[in-house]
Amino acid sequence: MPGPGPWCLIEAVALSLIEHADELTDLDRAIGDGDHGLNMKRGAEAVLAKADSLAALPLAELLRQSGMTLVMTVGGASGPLYGTLLLELGKALQGQPADADRPTLATALGQAVLAVKARGRSDAGQKTLLDVLVPLQQALASPQPVTSLGPLALAAAEATTAMLATRGRASFLGERSIGHMDPGARSSALMVVALLKALPAAPAEPGLTP
Amino acid sequence: MTVGIVIVSHSPKVAEGTADMVRQMVGAIVPLAWCGGNGQGGLGSEVGAILGAIEAAWSDDGVAVLVDLGGAAMQAEMAIELLDEERRTRVQICEAPLVEGAVIAATEASGGSDLAAVRAMAEQLSP
Repeated sequence: MPGPGPWCLIEAVALSLIEHADELTDLDRAIGDGDHGLNMKRGAEAVLAKADSLAALPLAELLRQSGMTLVMTVGGASGPLYGTLLLELGKALQGQPADADRPTLATALGQAVLAVKARGRSDAGQKTLLDVLVPLQQALASPQPVTSLGPLALAAAEATTAMLATRGRASFLGERSIGHMDPGARSSALMVVALLKALPAAPAEPGLTP
Repeated sequence: MTVGIVIVSHSPKVAEGTADMVRQMVGAIVPLAWCGGNGQGGLGSEVGAILGAIEAAWSDDGVAVLVDLGGAAMQAEMAIELLDEERRTRVQICEAPLVEGAVIAATEASGGSDLAAVRAMAEQLSP
């Protein structure tokens, strides 16, 4: 990832969350407590407000500080879950350059996803953000082209619509949770799409190159 | 000093009301603090507020934390991880219903029980 550095990726993700806040809140209103969009927007704005200090940081430290910002500003389960994701990514990518190669990124995401599973005492199949993160990590670790990851994430989020929620607020609804997309899965997919879109167009080297 | 009690609810009214019920039972013997709400007048839970409540109810004998719903439990876990190492091991979340758990935990604490006993008593309430 040459050019403006990893901050532009974080910035793109944050802007996307702000842009989609109403949609996420609507999804959460259907099967949750209706604050997911607002919570994520709050976290995204808090991260953007720190642009001056975050923009120059190396990758691992940027992830850690962004994660801590989410932990401190995002309410509900999303703050601990997304905060843990970024904190663990930062830990796993300690000392790595911003253009870390794909196997390194896949391993780091694998560690971070494990930490999210532990935090939520959950796994894929329960209608949560893990239903996007788990297949995403598997795809990243496989030879699938990077251009396939965005569509994969969006489809994985869509696939939660048919699922029965067995974790999180939506699980209180039992069968009635079926027929609604999980808001956390959707926000994860949106972040993946925003991140991939912000990747430098044609970098010469591995990393997340298509 | 007895074990301290922290009450975390998504609703400040629930948290405060629960604290009132605890006080009615144990008076001021037990260090007690509550937090709730998203800091902007809405429902929610916040790591910073939970850290503040742990500080306010601090006891060297430890602090038992009672939470209402999933998000608050995760927020409380996160808050505990942010404590310095020396304190971290002395704060525990009780898997128990909020109101009953807080009252029974505080009652147990008021008798001088240690953190493990306070937690165990509250968790007996959970099936």
